[in-house]
Amino acid sequence: MTRSEHNKQSQRTPTQHNEVINRSKHVTFTWNGKTYTGYEGDTIVSALAAAGERVFSRSMKLHSPRGVLTGSLHDPGTIVQVNDEPNVRGAHRLIEEGMNVSSQNTWPSLKYDIRAINQLGSRFLGPGFYYKTFIKPDFLRPMYQKVLRGFVHGGVVAENPPKEIYEKRYAHADVLVAGGGPAGMAAALAAAEMGASVMLVEEEHQLGGHLRWSDGSLARQLRSQVKSTANIRVFTDATVAARYDDNWITVVQRTPKPGMHERIIKTRARSLVVAAGLIERPYVFQGNDLPGVMLSTAARRLINLYSVRPGDRAVVLTANPEGDATVDDLRRAGVDIAAVVDARSGDTVVRAHGKGKLQSVELSSGQRITADLLITAIGWTAPTYLLNMAGDKPYYEPGAARFLPGGTDEGVYAAGGIAGDGSVQQLRQHGADVGARAAAYALTQRGKLIASTPTVPGQLDAVAEAELPDITPLEIPDHPEIYRSTTHGYVDFSEDITSSDLQSAVNEGYDSAELVKRFTTVTMGPLQGKIEMVNFIAVVAEATGKTIAETGTTTWRPMYAPVTLGALAGRIYDPVRYSPIQSWHDAHGAVPMVAGQWIRPEHYGDSQAEVRRVREKVGIIDVTPLGKIDLRGPDVPKLLNLLYTNKWSKLDIGKVRYGVMVSEDGVVMDDGVTAHLGEDHYLLTTTSGGAGSVWDWIEEWLQVHHPDWQVNATPVTTAYTSINIAGPKSRTLLSRLVEDVDLSSEAFPFMRVRTGKVAGVDDCILWRIGFTGELSYEIHVPAAYGLHVWETLLEAGKDLGVGPFGIEAQRVLRLESGHIIVGQDTDGLTQAYSAGLGWAIKLDKDDFIGKPELVWQQQRQSGPRLVAVQPVDPNVVPTEATQILYADGTIAGRITSSRYSPTLNRSICLAQVDLSLSEPGTILTIRQVDGTLVQAKVMSEMAAVDPEGARLDNDTVPEQLTTFAEPIARGPVGLGAATTMIDDWEVSAQPSSGALTLQDQSALAKLEVRSKANGAVGKQLETNFGRVHQREQGSLVVGSGPGQWHIFADVGTQASVLAELQELTEASEELATVVDLTHGRALFRLSGTETPELLSKICALEFADDVIPDGSALRSSVAGVVTDIVRNDINGVRSYLVHCERSAGQYLWNTLLDAGAEYRIEEAGFSAA
Amino acid sequence: MMQINCPWCGLRNATEFRQHGEEPPRPDVSTTTMEQWHDYLYFRDNHWGVAKEMWFHSAGCRQYFTLHRDTVANKAIRSEGDPR
Repeated sequence: MTRSEHNKQSQRTPTQHNEVINRSKHVTFTWNGKTYTGYEGDTIVSALAAAGERVFSRSMKLHSPRGVLTGSLHDPGTIVQVNDEPNVRGAHRLIEEGMNVSSQNTWPSLKYDIRAINQLGSRFLGPGFYYKTFIKPDFLRPMYQKVLRGFVHGGVVAENPPKEIYEKRYAHADVLVAGGGPAGMAAALAAAEMGASVMLVEEEHQLGGHLRWSDGSLARQLRSQVKSTANIRVFTDATVAARYDDNWITVVQRTPKPGMHERIIKTRARSLVVAAGLIERPYVFQGNDLPGVMLSTAARRLINLYSVRPGDRAVVLTANPEGDATVDDLRRAGVDIAAVVDARSGDTVVRAHGKGKLQSVELSSGQRITADLLITAIGWTAPTYLLNMAGDKPYYEPGAARFLPGGTDEGVYAAGGIAGDGSVQQLRQHGADVGARAAAYALTQRGKLIASTPTVPGQLDAVAEAELPDITPLEIPDHPEIYRSTTHGYVDFSEDITSSDLQSAVNEGYDSAELVKRFTTVTMGPLQGKIEMVNFIAVVAEATGKTIAETGTTTWRPMYAPVTLGALAGRIYDPVRYSPIQSWHDAHGAVPMVAGQWIRPEHYGDSQAEVRRVREKVGIIDVTPLGKIDLRGPDVPKLLNLLYTNKWSKLDIGKVRYGVMVSEDGVVMDDGVTAHLGEDHYLLTTTSGGAGSVWDWIEEWLQVHHPDWQVNATPVTTAYTSINIAGPKSRTLLSRLVEDVDLSSEAFPFMRVRTGKVAGVDDCILWRIGFTGELSYEIHVPAAYGLHVWETLLEAGKDLGVGPFGIEAQRVLRLESGHIIVGQDTDGLTQAYSAGLGWAIKLDKDDFIGKPELVWQQQRQSGPRLVAVQPVDPNVVPTEATQILYADGTIAGRITSSRYSPTLNRSICLAQVDLSLSEPGTILTIRQVDGTLVQAKVMSEMAAVDPEGARLDNDTVPEQLTTFAEPIARGPVGLGAATTMIDDWEVSAQPSSGALTLQDQSALAKLEVRSKANGAVGKQLETNFGRVHQREQGSLVVGSGPGQWHIFADVGTQASVLAELQELTEASEELATVVDLTHGRALFRLSGTETPELLSKICALEFADDVIPDGSALRSSVAGVVTDIVRNDINGVRSYLVHCERSAGQYLWNTLLDAGAEYRIEEAGFSAA
Repeated sequence: MMQINCPWCGLRNATEFRQHGEEPPRPDVSTTTMEQWHDYLYFRDNHWGVAKEMWFHSAGCRQYFTLHRDTVANKAIRSEGDPR
């Protein structure tokens, strides 16, 4: 055919009053390689039908031709491929210029499908055919799979699809209305009138529901009324796909913006109104799948919306007024009506005949009528899925021939046709009644939310329950019960399941609907039961001799409509943490390694050389992720005694002790050193991975078990940049940068802590500890100066051969020194004695967490033992987790750590072995991954290098202070070209005039006050939890948590503000502590009227003015990061301060910029506002 | 997703919280038998209906509180304590 022939829209009627196509805009596309033209507003199917096409796919199993059945999103026979996108709903997707559409599951072509040969064997392809047939013999199964895969119904997935962007959003509504027909629009209008915020979600491209073809002018009138109502947000071409607990609702929005295929809107609605209308049900009879047999609603859509004549000569089977009205529509479209069969008078259709398409219709009277179109209008299905997901148990009403809602708790409502029958006016009235009740309930709930949140100041009066207006119920519909003719036909058009298949399944013994479903796969195809469910139940009821009510339905599960994987994935928000030195690592060849949320340098090219540097000279490593918790208060020793297995009461100021934490089952949970820094002031360190969980653990024991203890715990992990300086020359190096601490061996011995100035930076904490087994110092530097100190160390130690080392070198060094790593050398069952930590367990303490378990472990000598092991062949490094065997070949343990030691030039390991094999000198058998066996010896000392600890000190003496650059403080966010200095902070000077801006304000002084919630300190600060207060001194006090305040002040003022706050809190009788977190928090200001829109992409909170007004302070999860949000408007323009742990700052910054891109967000330089 | 009324922060999504479940009393460590201790560690009533549980508002105010939750309907019924 030539192009012009396809361009002929032979089936297009003259302009219909309610058509949705725009005849002035032609759209050209291809169908199976040939060019077609339709109008803007056409669906793929309407445009093709206008050109006279009637077959759009081949069925799944038998490959019989299929045409239009429902003409909607849920049309089983019109699923097509569009460009590289498979499984597109062709009767819903609108045509676009240049679109390439093709049929799926056809070969070599839609017209001549070779697999239609299956039809000849259809009587062998009954239910369970595949299960029963392609099983034996086993050796043929791969071949079966290969052949059968070719029969799979589905499109072609592009191997290299273009990159698409997906995202999710959060939304909040007082009332969410699912369905934009007359009842849904009336419900939305009534709810909006009561002051509720409303989301109206419609699956189709226009609001109106069935009014679009039955009363177009009313549809237009209601539509414009809805659109002009300010507090109704309308979403068309969107599906309410699921309802979960407490009205957590999934809205799937198709093509929300150019280039975005789909978007999920996670919505919290206080009321859900289900106004889903009704879905027309197909009739079961022989030949009911022939192209040309369609539902009355399909014909009415084609005629009224798209001005397409669905056929030339029609038989109409009708059992309801809508079917009768279809006859008028058909006549108007110029279709010749061959016969109208009234099912209400007992007449029916028995068979449809035709080859590849409908040719004639056989009636119950025996008459056979030539026709190319058979319209059936025999009843309705109520799409109750959202109600079912809300706990509704619909009941079957035989007089209505459909299921009706059984009722739900307040907050979920059914409105309109789904709930009963009535005129359009009655349906609208019902919708309005329901909308009013839903709004009244929702507004009470909103009042409760506002009363529950501390961000809204005022009295906490109990919120009065509103009077809920009554709903006048709709009448129970009256409809003849018609499901199947005297012949068998298709029940499930997607899966090719006939009523006869279902009957044979029942005959095979599958006598319940749930079993028949699983055996036959009925309702499990692309339509998921939407049009086939009730027919399926009716056929099973008939076959089992039960009623439909007794047979019941199967369970509706989310999602209602198909959702692309991209939309489900959305944008990935996976927080990443960076040390303040990360930019240096990146620039100096560090190989990055993911460690929990942190990105850390694994090595800088040669980890073995890095080990040798530490053993021979001096190396420095960035250990910022090391968990650090600041503990203050008189009861800290009590807390430490409870948390750790050893004793803490007599740790003098300036001393450091190692401790092991076990949980209540005696299993090792964390370890680390804790320093006594000052009176009632300790710094506890945890493993890098344990920083968060140990903090939670401390809070649990303090809040739940010992609320009377006076301890404040503040995580300061990212307030400091932590650097370990290790090696025989570490004292020499550090002494060149330290002014006020005597580093000599006598003045600063092993396991001591000092505070002082490093490289010009005040308030550094210096520890002398030795994870690497060398003389070493761990320094914690106020984080913003971390890069300055790191670079100064490298500069000052050039002559000493200093260089960085990474995690890998550190792991080798600690293994050489016999130090364990919790979680590597221990597991979820390793009790403390098994880890060789008996020396750190003091069972004579009254109590500590897990004590009884360790008493019993000690008594029973139970569990494995951690030992040092060296393979007999020094060059064999067994893989970690390799098995250790008993003599009989059963498993006796495993290697937990193994490395090649560059210091000893041999392989060294740690292993967990059975107690019987743990004696020094025992020769173990190790089974390697490849099955070979190697021998290894149990060593007498955990340390392979320097078991005596001689290397932990040496005779080096401190040197003179060297000259170094002035300290520069740097914020958590990388800077652009325009920068400036404020105090000693380098900040952005980026000018911006954007309507939406993001500023890094991290340089501001930030202090944290902790005391009793609702106590005297809060009164002195004049700030309650949840609110902010601008002090006369110019600083901003934020009530961030119960008994927790943040104070933001000018750059560089932290020392004076700290002193002032200390004075203020010292007067209080309650325990009150002040911690400087200037370096520990990233602080950004986000300003602009569209900020709530931006935040709704990454935070689930409702940013409405009455919930989070100006002056609010709250904490929640933002893109996966626990973030404080402070609403602090500037000159009436919405503005939020957001702050989080410094290490997550760059990630949060990037995420805010990414989320704000569509609102044209701009970075703005630092300002002191 | 269930919503939980944090006694401090108000109504929030359940994903902001961490469930600690029933909190049986901790036996006296100086007198506990192995059986009592293992009851404390491992055995829970797993109540069918409204259960009393400990929850932690980990992504919010970081307070532990007691929540009465209907384990059948998975619905938060009531949080203990009205601190304000």
